Amino acid sequence: MTKAITVAGLHKSFGRTHALDGLDLTVETGEVHGFLGPNGSGKSTAIRVLLGLLRADSGAAQLLGRDPWHDAVELHRKVAYVPGDVTLWRNLSGGEVIDLYGSLRGGLDRTRRADLVDRFELDPTKKGRTYSKGNRQKVALVAAFASDVDLLILDEPTSGLDPLMEGVFQECVAEERARGRTVLLSSHILSEVETLCDRVSIIRQGRTVETGSLADMRHLTRTNIRAELAGAPDGLAGLPGVHDLDVQGLRVTLQVDTDKLDAVLKALTASGVRTLTSTPPTLEELFLRHYAPDAAETADASGGGEGVGVAAR
Amino acid sequence: MTAVTTTAPSGTRRRTPVATGQLAGTWPLLRLALRRDRIMLPIWVLALGGTFSSVGSSIAALYDTSAQRAELAASMNGNSSLRAMYGPVFDDSVGGLVSWRMAAFGAVLAAVMSLIVVIRHTREEEETGRQEMLSSAMVGRRAPLTAALLTAVIANAALALVIAAGLAGSGAGGAGAVALALAVAGTGVLFACTAAIAAQFTESARLAKGLTAAVIGAAFVLKAAGDSAADDGSSVMTWLSPIGWAENVRAYADERWWVLLVLAAAVAVQAVLAYTLAGRRDVGMSFLATRPGPAQGRITTAFGLSLRLQRGALTGWTLSFAVVGVAFGGLTGGAADLVGDNEKTREIFERMGGQAGLTDAFLATMVSVLGMVAALYIVASVLRLHGEETAGRAEPVLAGGVGRIGWAAGHLVVAFGGAALLMAAGGLGLAVGYGHELPAVLGASLVQLPAIWLLGGVTVLLYGAFPKAAVAAWGIAGICLALGWLGPAVDMPQAVMDVSPFTHLPKLPGGTGMEWGPVLILTAVAAVVVGAGVGALRRRDVLT
Repeated sequence: MTKAITVAGLHKSFGRTHALDGLDLTVETGEVHGFLGPNGSGKSTAIRVLLGLLRADSGAAQLLGRDPWHDAVELHRKVAYVPGDVTLWRNLSGGEVIDLYGSLRGGLDRTRRADLVDRFELDPTKKGRTYSKGNRQKVALVAAFASDVDLLILDEPTSGLDPLMEGVFQECVAEERARGRTVLLSSHILSEVETLCDRVSIIRQGRTVETGSLADMRHLTRTNIRAELAGAPDGLAGLPGVHDLDVQGLRVTLQVDTDKLDAVLKALTASGVRTLTSTPPTLEELFLRHYAPDAAETADASGGGEGVGVAAR
Repeated sequence: MTAVTTTAPSGTRRRTPVATGQLAGTWPLLRLALRRDRIMLPIWVLALGGTFSSVGSSIAALYDTSAQRAELAASMNGNSSLRAMYGPVFDDSVGGLVSWRMAAFGAVLAAVMSLIVVIRHTREEEETGRQEMLSSAMVGRRAPLTAALLTAVIANAALALVIAAGLAGSGAGGAGAVALALAVAGTGVLFACTAAIAAQFTESARLAKGLTAAVIGAAFVLKAAGDSAADDGSSVMTWLSPIGWAENVRAYADERWWVLLVLAAAVAVQAVLAYTLAGRRDVGMSFLATRPGPAQGRITTAFGLSLRLQRGALTGWTLSFAVVGVAFGGLTGGAADLVGDNEKTREIFERMGGQAGLTDAFLATMVSVLGMVAALYIVASVLRLHGEETAGRAEPVLAGGVGRIGWAAGHLVVAFGGAALLMAAGGLGLAVGYGHELPAVLGASLVQLPAIWLLGGVTVLLYGAFPKAAVAAWGIAGICLALGWLGPAVDMPQAVMDVSPFTHLPKLPGGTGMEWGPVLILTAVAAVVVGAGVGALRRRDVLT
């Protein structure tokens, strides 16, 4: 399978700020790729480099097999972009803007445009200034989804959309994937990412800290265990991958790195299990661990499997 | 009795919050405005205020005997076309001549400064949505307008101080200096209130600025027509124009202080109107509702987009040029009516841009004034690129199938072609108003283009290579305008005059005729500078 986007070791500084500090990113053709990271981690900078709006200081970036800076115009016929904060011209109607962007890209599918205007419940005759934030996003989304392109780059596209419209957006992305288009989706809405994305890349401080499918990532995280035992627990603290161990008589709560689960269960059954609940990590926990300022250290600790005992909460 | 005295204060206290409620937050907003304008306003005040004293020194040096000054005054007053442009001379002292030369010019610039300040802190804040968040805090409904007007008042007061102190320093002090300073600053405050009203009626800051500028322009044309008709400022047309009032204060010539009261009354009336409107209006909305637009668009290219975005402004400018052209063309006939010393007038006029033949000289001066004003258009139009980019609207367009050059070219065609359209409209207007010499006047008007284009090119270069300093283009255009308007009268050294591209143009119509050399060189330099600017734009990061 060819790659839609490949980025390796990308650097970009603004004065003293290192917005991108060796970013890597690979997006396969035809996949929906989640692009995640805390505020200010460099997501939008990376997207602007991919769009040829910013010139990288060093590193390699390819979009649809071509250079995003030198072949910008050629590439942009096949790319639709939705920024997180759409600004419109105050005296142009939404319909005019949609058609303008259609013409500036590879062209517009009229039937699909009409269908999308309908589904997003957008009034295309209103002028730019009179749209609410959510409606401005809709103008850009309709223009992007109706355009005849191969790649959609969406930078927090649903900010300001109501839950109903969020649903329409998710349907649209699923349709795009069904047609074989590639989507790079930067988002903070984790349920959206969970529903839509085949793979995910998480960046922090301009660097990629994690990339892979959600299933892979879950595997790397901790499972919560709560158990009531028949006898006193023994040797739990010494097991690799155990965190936040709390023993109250016969009650045990702990977290364990999911790939070390087996040993913990064996230790528990050795003491005799009366009740056992095990909850998989939520997506939020997964991301919070990567987003938090000390994420790098804890990620190292859990990855190495040597971290034992009580992790800082 | 005691009961009354104890309840009265509490009654007042209860009423006070209601009265000040509408103005709550004015003080922090004022500080915010002054902080935001901490660079722009001092530049305006010092540059404009300083011009008065330097004109004073130059006139004192240039016409050092009272006989020379009396001759100048007589020949100026005897010529209706000259009066139209500069106003009558009321007194032939050095101060009187400064007032003659600077009262209207300074009043117009103070008005422009005030309109920029007021719109910037009222309608522009609402248009960008910043006002919404400010108004959600403890900010009264009329506080933003109050803070904006106070900022304008402070700026004009500072301007008045600089003018009066500067004139005193250059030996033209006294009551006249105070009167001139108050007349100029008063006109500034008056147009600040006009801008405040315009800001209530339009949702677009650009349109509000355009409307106020149109009122200022109309006031100048009225004053010019009035001065052409009467040599003592007594025409009804002069009295209908606030800029005419500034002139009729008659600084240094038995000051008519009561005219300042007329100014103050007009300020009060306009302020009441603006305040009434502001208190009844929704934040971010205007009294003119936005109409729906088409559901389907016909704009398919970046050029189409730039034309659509700039067509309103271009139409307004073109109409203004045509109207001003016709008005001043109609005043041209009087250029040859001379009373007094013919030779002296001609000499002054030659300095001001003409070569020979007073009518031709007047037309040449008019054409050159139109050219310098068109330079302001081209700067504004080129800077639309900057505005689109910083507002984030360029980014999605450039993410479409449009290159930087294609995107910029759309706006540049409107800017550079629009300048040609303006000069054609102005030239035609002049010729129609004058009634003769259409080809010569139109040609003379178009010959200004290379200088206008060069200033446009410098703007492109600044924007492309140093986008953060792009607005400095206004300063450059302003310097060229001041050199063209004041330089010849104060005998500015040639080396300084040469800074302005307008200096190098042949003086047409009349004069020594067309010179292709400088015209072609300026055009070529303009093309090179535009190319360099666009090249730099292509290589740099898009502003985020």
